[in-house]
Amino acid sequence: MSTAGFNSQNGTGQGQAYANGPSQNPVALQQLPGVSYGMTHQPNYSPMQAKAPAPPGPGLYPSGPYQPVPPVSSYQPVPPVSSYQPVPPVSSYQPGPPLTSYPASPGQPLLTRPPMGGLPSHTPPQSASPSPGPRLPPAQATPPPPSVSSSSYYQNPQQPQPMAPSWQYNTAPPPMGPPASMSTPPRGPVANHVNPAVSSTAPPPPSSAVYTSAPPAHVSHSATQPPGPRMPPTSAHGYTQPGTVPPPMNPMAPHTYQPSRAPYGPPPTGPPPTMKATPPPTGPPMGNATPPPPKAVAQCGGVVNSTLSPTEPDCQEGDIECPGTVAGNGPQAPNSYNHVDNKMAGLPQPGPPGRHLGHYPSLPPGYQNTSTPHNTTSPMHPAMQAATQPYTQAPQPYQQPPGGPGPAQLSPSLAAMSLQSSTPEALRVVNLLQERNLLPPRPIPAPTPCLPQDLQKINCNPEVFRSTLTSIPQTQSLLNKAKMPLGLLLHPFKDLSQLPVVTSSTIVRCRSCRTYINPFVSFLDQRRWKCNLCYRVNDVPEEFMYNPVSRSYGEPHKRPEVQNATIEFIAPSEYMLRPPQPAVYLFVLDVSHNAVETGYLNVFCQSLLDNINALPGDSRTKVGFITFDSTIHFYNLQEGLSQPQMLIVSDIEDIFLPTPDSLLVNLNECKELVQDLLKSLPTLFEKTMETQSALGSALQAAFKLLSPTGGRMSVFQTQLPNLGVGALQSREDPNQRASAKDIQHLSPATDFYKKLALDCSGQQVAVDLFLLSSQYCDLASLGCISRYSAGSVYYYPSYHHQHNPAQVECFQKDLKRYITRKIGFEAVMRIRCTKGLSIHTFHGNFFVRSTDLLSLPNVNPDAGFAVQMSIEENLDDMQVVSFQAALLYTSSKGERRIRVHTLCLPVVNSLSDIFAGADVQAISGLLACMAVDRSVTASLSDARDAMTNAAIDSLTSYRQSVLTIQQPGLLAPACLRLFPLFILALLKQKSFRTGTSTRLDDRVFAMCQLKYQPLAYAMLMIHPSLYRIDDLTDEGALNISERTIPQPILLQLSVEKLSREAAFLMDAGTVMYLWIGRNCNPNFLSQVLGVPSYASVPDNLFMLPELDTAESQRTRAFIGWLRDQRPFFPSLRVIRDESQWKASFMQNMIEDRTESALSYYEFLLHLQQQISK
Amino acid sequence: MEAAVFILSLVDCCALIFLSVYFIITLSDLECDYINARACCSKLNKWVIPEMVGQCLSTMLMLVSMHWFIFLLNLPVAVWNIYRYAKVPMGNMGVFDPTEIHNRGQLKSHMKEAMIKLGYHLLCFFIYLYSMILALIND
Repeated sequence: MSTAGFNSQNGTGQGQAYANGPSQNPVALQQLPGVSYGMTHQPNYSPMQAKAPAPPGPGLYPSGPYQPVPPVSSYQPVPPVSSYQPVPPVSSYQPGPPLTSYPASPGQPLLTRPPMGGLPSHTPPQSASPSPGPRLPPAQATPPPPSVSSSSYYQNPQQPQPMAPSWQYNTAPPPMGPPASMSTPPRGPVANHVNPAVSSTAPPPPSSAVYTSAPPAHVSHSATQPPGPRMPPTSAHGYTQPGTVPPPMNPMAPHTYQPSRAPYGPPPTGPPPTMKATPPPTGPPMGNATPPPPKAVAQCGGVVNSTLSPTEPDCQEGDIECPGTVAGNGPQAPNSYNHVDNKMAGLPQPGPPGRHLGHYPSLPPGYQNTSTPHNTTSPMHPAMQAATQPYTQAPQPYQQPPGGPGPAQLSPSLAAMSLQSSTPEALRVVNLLQERNLLPPRPIPAPTPCLPQDLQKINCNPEVFRSTLTSIPQTQSLLNKAKMPLGLLLHPFKDLSQLPVVTSSTIVRCRSCRTYINPFVSFLDQRRWKCNLCYRVNDVPEEFMYNPVSRSYGEPHKRPEVQNATIEFIAPSEYMLRPPQPAVYLFVLDVSHNAVETGYLNVFCQSLLDNINALPGDSRTKVGFITFDSTIHFYNLQEGLSQPQMLIVSDIEDIFLPTPDSLLVNLNECKELVQDLLKSLPTLFEKTMETQSALGSALQAAFKLLSPTGGRMSVFQTQLPNLGVGALQSREDPNQRASAKDIQHLSPATDFYKKLALDCSGQQVAVDLFLLSSQYCDLASLGCISRYSAGSVYYYPSYHHQHNPAQVECFQKDLKRYITRKIGFEAVMRIRCTKGLSIHTFHGNFFVRSTDLLSLPNVNPDAGFAVQMSIEENLDDMQVVSFQAALLYTSSKGERRIRVHTLCLPVVNSLSDIFAGADVQAISGLLACMAVDRSVTASLSDARDAMTNAAIDSLTSYRQSVLTIQQPGLLAPACLRLFPLFILALLKQKSFRTGTSTRLDDRVFAMCQLKYQPLAYAMLMIHPSLYRIDDLTDEGALNISERTIPQPILLQLSVEKLSREAAFLMDAGTVMYLWIGRNCNPNFLSQVLGVPSYASVPDNLFMLPELDTAESQRTRAFIGWLRDQRPFFPSLRVIRDESQWKASFMQNMIEDRTESALSYYEFLLHLQQQISK
Repeated sequence: MEAAVFILSLVDCCALIFLSVYFIITLSDLECDYINARACCSKLNKWVIPEMVGQCLSTMLMLVSMHWFIFLLNLPVAVWNIYRYAKVPMGNMGVFDPTEIHNRGQLKSHMKEAMIKLGYHLLCFFIYLYSMILALIND
């Protein structure tokens, strides 16, 4: 029952215009010239009318969506109604017509479902399927012999103890054999663990394939179709695959479901196919996980059709994302990892002589140094070879995809085995003091978790979901010993080019923990699946048995939900507590004298005018405007008025809405008035002499206006609010900027903005703050309004329309992106993890409404999140753990959608494996978040110390617990070799630097960014990329859509790398610097910059001229490519020696010494000194 | 006289015990998701000052009536209550801040604190009871 469209963008259902697209009925613009504004001061509002209570909005929290209480959802936990029955309508789960206006897929009797299209072009290829050829039926009928012997690490005899219990559920007599209960089709001999099968599999595609439309290696799914052009699904339900010829309907022979499990493991193989990612059952407590062998036999005995009858009526649903039902992971954990909280809390005890100690040291030093990257099959120490004898071939079949630096994709059991299985490369010892050029030539990719290939292939994209440790330690004490933070970094609403969307009247979730079904669950048999987070055994609902992809019945494990780690559901009505509200945008503009001086109004109005049709929304979209100085001005834009009417409220102490109904108007109906207003606004206040700013009152008014519907409030502020509620005082002493021992005033001065933000959050209003000021504005206080309402903060220091054109350009580009980007309303996000792990700290902009529920009034594609985790219960007996982030939101088209990301990671029990799986970028990103918290709650110097200690502690731990051959020098595993560099970069980052004059607002803004930006962009802010671009060549260039993009190598951030004869590009995320050497190659100057000599390079050059030369094309292609990789537009600044930006360019040279900070080498020496202490 | 002091302390102590129990219940409600952070914190913040006053009251009573041992027993808790209240950052909404309570294990530490206080108040309760009976007998 699903309709899947693979839209190129995620906003919409089936191939409609993307949510950001132009609105559907563009109104012809009639611009009336010279509309004069009746500046009707209207003091005469009858307060009676004026104070008419705003329409009673839903109560603050209690009536927010997802409250368990309110009545709208029929989803109450109350009746354990058998909702999955196809028959009568007891609950809303009926496949029947849904309660809301959603045209839901009619639930038809399962067997009569029309055939649907075939092969999902998006699905990651299941390389496991033996025959890349297109035909399904043969594959289904009998798995080709080679496919049979595959590696499933479950049956890996290597760890017999933990494995054993897992079999009891399948009643498998010999651990290897297929479970008796399964009427498996003829199988080849089950090779144990070693998989020659790989040789027959399609070559593993690059891991990125997960998100790209994959080559049709996906045989087992269905028949024949090459990924064709996308086309709308042909019927309401059915996960249609674009461009497919309906494959011949397969008769659902009872036996077919067995082979169809192919996608699960690599080819249907030895392990009982039903056990997918099952970590072994955790033991007796799971009473409900009773194995049903006889039942399974019955089912498999050829009665698939008979199993159609609803088996278990207990689909009692808890709440959706509500607090009040299952609260997730229980009590908060103590800080597990606390460099930031307890620095140097004791030296790590030298680990117990764990297995790692046994193995690693035995590697001869020579080996350690000679091992090359990606060398997964490097020779092992003889002792190790002996130990791994049965598995010796194992590493070989797993060809590491080129470029994958991380641990090879080996089965965790191998990883657990020890070092030789995890890549030696990640643990290669690097003496940081000796090896100078550690920076890889290309941006560092995320390490690949040590998972079996089939799991890894469907794992979540690291850009979306990433863990600091790609191998999760088994116990908290092990984690403490490793001294590295454990956490997740998310970018859940990232714009994705390929996103499977499923419409389904029943969204299959675990009944106990509410986890969405995902690729890492295991199917015990055809009718039951086991949750991979809480290990509860759940029933597969009837309609889930039908696989619309292959149009076959009885293949629940081939459904798109089980094939994609990132998927979006169109939610049925149970997932909303009130009907989806229209998209509402309210703009709150500062029009005091100061604001008018900066001239931002022109830019804002022009940008909005240009993009007004691109505002995401549908025909119901509403907009409104409020301006304020010492009074609040509302604009009546009601249809029928000849011109906008300005209403002024001067009673800022007790703010009220003059005409509550006509201030927010339908954009389509009143577009002309809105355009009139935008055209006249800049001139309206030209002569104003009002210098005061009553921001607090304006925010309150805006809140009142928005509270019935929720929506987005965009606040433009240019000075310190100094009137009425929320007035602030200047707290910064400019003279203390550089000299102060510690930075004060990083925390808010008042709780007014925080309280208001929480009110907003309760009413589903998000506040985005644009701060354009030349003076101190107390961003630390003002920022709270956005931080807790899940808004975003933009800051343009020294904005002026004439004096600072670079900022103007930046503001323009940001505004364009801001206005047109995708947006989700009334969102909540819940992050669940496997039992035993718990999340204890959250970073980002949101309000944590209950233990694991993030309330996000708005969610935008540029928001990143991070969480810290601890291990509350030992993860014994678990091979893998999973994390799931579910984001429920209302799209701008008024559709309720759920985007689910699931990440699966291996569990390891040795320190060396933990180190081998460390993701240095994620660690640095998380540490930055922790350090920001630390500087606010304690002090900046504490935070700096904590970061240094983080580096010291983890390297000490590595040295003491993993290394046994003590060499002189500062030793680090190869995967952490950049750790000290990133820490130093953080210490020199605007947020945390000391000794350099940094404005308080700049610093606070940088801190906001560190917490709020997704990791990829945060890393550029921390450690910019430097390229030499005057000698770009096509050698090694990428070729993307017929454009050749040169790939210069990354340079270290040191002046030593600069040369007067060259030109360099520094990419610092939101800004790019093009540094031109004094004696730069004249060829470059003329061919790329279009100037004859160095002296004639203009000062204010913000874009490269479009010259028709090869050099120019290459340079622009490269810069354009860099820009395309991020959602915002980084402005380009060309820098000569005397340029005003030179200082900021040079400050990014973090490997060099400055007056107040250590050079990289000195920093390393400092670390070494501390470590050897 | 002495008996009156202890009776008063006893009443005060009962109130504090109830308060501690209330804190524990509310915090565990939050832990179990029965209420949201905002509601929980505004409920609890209301009672921070009464708790502080109650604790200081019994401390002062003991000081005035010159029961040094019980005074010293009470003093640290009173000081802790005042310190905790005083060190709340300006930007926070009180000792219990809804935006912070789910972070860095604060909920747990608040819970632990409430538990310890409950135990402490129970101890005090029996001391007061004993002293009161003693005082009544002596009278």
